[in-house]
Amino acid sequence: MIKVNGLHKYFDDLHVLRGIDLEVQKGEVLSVIGASGSGKSTLLYCINGIEQIQEGSVYVDDVDVHSKATDLNKLRQRLGMVFQQWNSFPHLTALENVALAPQIVRGLTKAEAKDIAIKQLEHVGLGDKFDVYPNALSGGQQQRLAIARALAMDPQYMLFDEATSALDPELVGEVLDTMRVLAEEGMTMICVTHEMGFARDVSDRVAYFHEGVVEEIGSPDQIFVDPESEHTKKFLAKVR
Amino acid sequence: MEQTVTVFSGFSAQDLLFLGEAALRTLWISLLSIAIGSLLGGIFGWILYETKYWGGILVNPLLDMFRSVPLIVQLVLFYNFAPIVGLNLDAFESGLVVLTMYTAALVANVARGGIESVGRSMRIASRSLGMSYWQDMRYVVFPIGTRAIFPSWVGVALGVMKDSALVSVLGYVELVKASQVLITRTQEPLLIILVVGAFYFVLSYPVSRYSAKLERRWSQ
Ligand SMILES: Nc1ncnc2c1ncn2[C@@H]1O[C@H](COP(=O)(O)OP(=O)(O)O)[C@@H](O)[C@H]1O
Ligand SMILES: [Mg+2]
Repeated sequence: MIKVNGLHKYFDDLHVLRGIDLEVQKGEVLSVIGASGSGKSTLLYCINGIEQIQEGSVYVDDVDVHSKATDLNKLRQRLGMVFQQWNSFPHLTALENVALAPQIVRGLTKAEAKDIAIKQLEHVGLGDKFDVYPNALSGGQQQRLAIARALAMDPQYMLFDEATSALDPELVGEVLDTMRVLAEEGMTMICVTHEMGFARDVSDRVAYFHEGVVEEIGSPDQIFVDPESEHTKKFLAKVR
Repeated sequence: MEQTVTVFSGFSAQDLLFLGEAALRTLWISLLSIAIGSLLGGIFGWILYETKYWGGILVNPLLDMFRSVPLIVQLVLFYNFAPIVGLNLDAFESGLVVLTMYTAALVANVARGGIESVGRSMRIASRSLGMSYWQDMRYVVFPIGTRAIFPSWVGVALGVMKDSALVSVLGYVELVKASQVLITRTQEPLLIILVVGAFYFVLSYPVSRYSAKLERRWSQ
C-alpha cells in the first residue's frame, strides 16, 4: 500500500504540493488528472524519493520513504516508474536495456537477467526486437521498452507519468494497451494521464489535482459523470 | 674537380631511421600525456559538473591557466622552475607533466559537457530503476557521455600530438627536434620537413580513421 499523509513540497518559495493525503491499495489503479503545473509529476517523484519533501510523510509498504534510514535504491526496486520521455539507454540493445538493472541492481547473473529481459520484452510485445538499438524503434516501442525495463525489476507498484503525452497520436494506443494489460494482471498503478478514456475505463479511482491539492477523488463515474467541484467540472469541460 | 670532405652530407637511410625513432618518441610522450591527461581531465570535468562552488572558484581558474598560457611558455617555465622546488626532471619528464596538465585542462571542459549531455530525465530514469549514483555514472552517464564527446576528444588528442612538438625546446629529441638536427646537417629543409610531415600524418591518420569508424558504428 502507498500512503501519503499531509505532504507538502516546496521548490524554494514555490509551494507545489499543499497537503496531499492519498492511499493506494494493493491491486488498485489510480489515475491522476489535472492541469499542467498542478504538481502531479512532483507527487510521483516524492513517492519514489527522487524529490525531498518538507512536511508530511510517504509510506510504501510501511517503509518511510523520506526517513534518513531508508535505502532508496532498494525501495525504488519496488516502484517501477515510466516517464513522458522514454529515456531508453541509446548505447544498449533492447535486451540490454532491460537486462542492465536486474544484473547490476538486483545482482542477478547475466543469464538470469537475460531470461527476465526476454520475458518482459515479450510481455510488452517486443519479442522480435531483442537486438535492436532504441534509435531504430518507434516512440511507442521505446515507451513499451521503458515499461519492460521497469517491470524487469519485479516491482510491486508502477508509477506512470504521462507515459503517452510525448507520443504521436497513432502510437498512443499500443502503450495504453500495454498499461491496460498490466492493470488486468493486477498490478498496482498510479497513472498520471491526460487520456480521459483510459482513466475512465481502466482506473478503480480517479484523483483530480488542482494547484497542489487533491481537489476531488472518487470512482471514474463519480469524477467523470457527477463531479462535485467546480474546478473539476471546468477542467473536464476543457479536456473533452 | 675533386670531391672535398664536407660538413654537410645528404639525407641518408640512417637519417630516416633517426626520424623514425623520433616519431616513436613523439608517439610515446603524446600517448602518455593523452592517456593520463584524459583521466585527470575526466575527474576535473566531473568536479566542474558536480561541485558548482569549488569547481568555480578553484578548479576552473587553474584549468583556465593551463588553457590560456601558451604551451611553450609553460614548458620553459616548468622546466626551469621545477628544480627550485626540488623536482629534478629531465626534458621528457618535464614535457610529460606539462603536456598532461594541458591535456587535462582541455579534456575537463569536454568531459563536463559529456556529463551534461546526459539529461536530467535520463538520470532520473536510471535512479528510478534503483541504480546508485555511481552505477548511474558507470553504466549510463559514462557510455552515453563518452560517445557524445568522442569527436571533440579526438580533436584534443590529435592537437596534443601536434603540440608535443613544442617539447623540442627542452631538448627532447622528438620529430621536430630531430628534423632541426638533420636540417642543420644536410641543408635539405624541404625534404626533411616533407618526411616529418609524413610521419605526423602516419601517426594521426589511423586515429582519425578509426574514430570515424567508431562514430559511424555508434550512430547506426
Ligand atoms: N525541479 C524543479 N525546480 C523548480 N520548480 C519545479 C521543479 N519541478 C517542478 N517545478 C514546478 O512545480 C510545479 C509543479 O510541477 P509538476 O509537478 O511538473 O506539475 P505537473 O506534472 O502537474 O504538470 C510547476 O510550477 C513547476 O514549474
Ligand atoms: Mg508532469
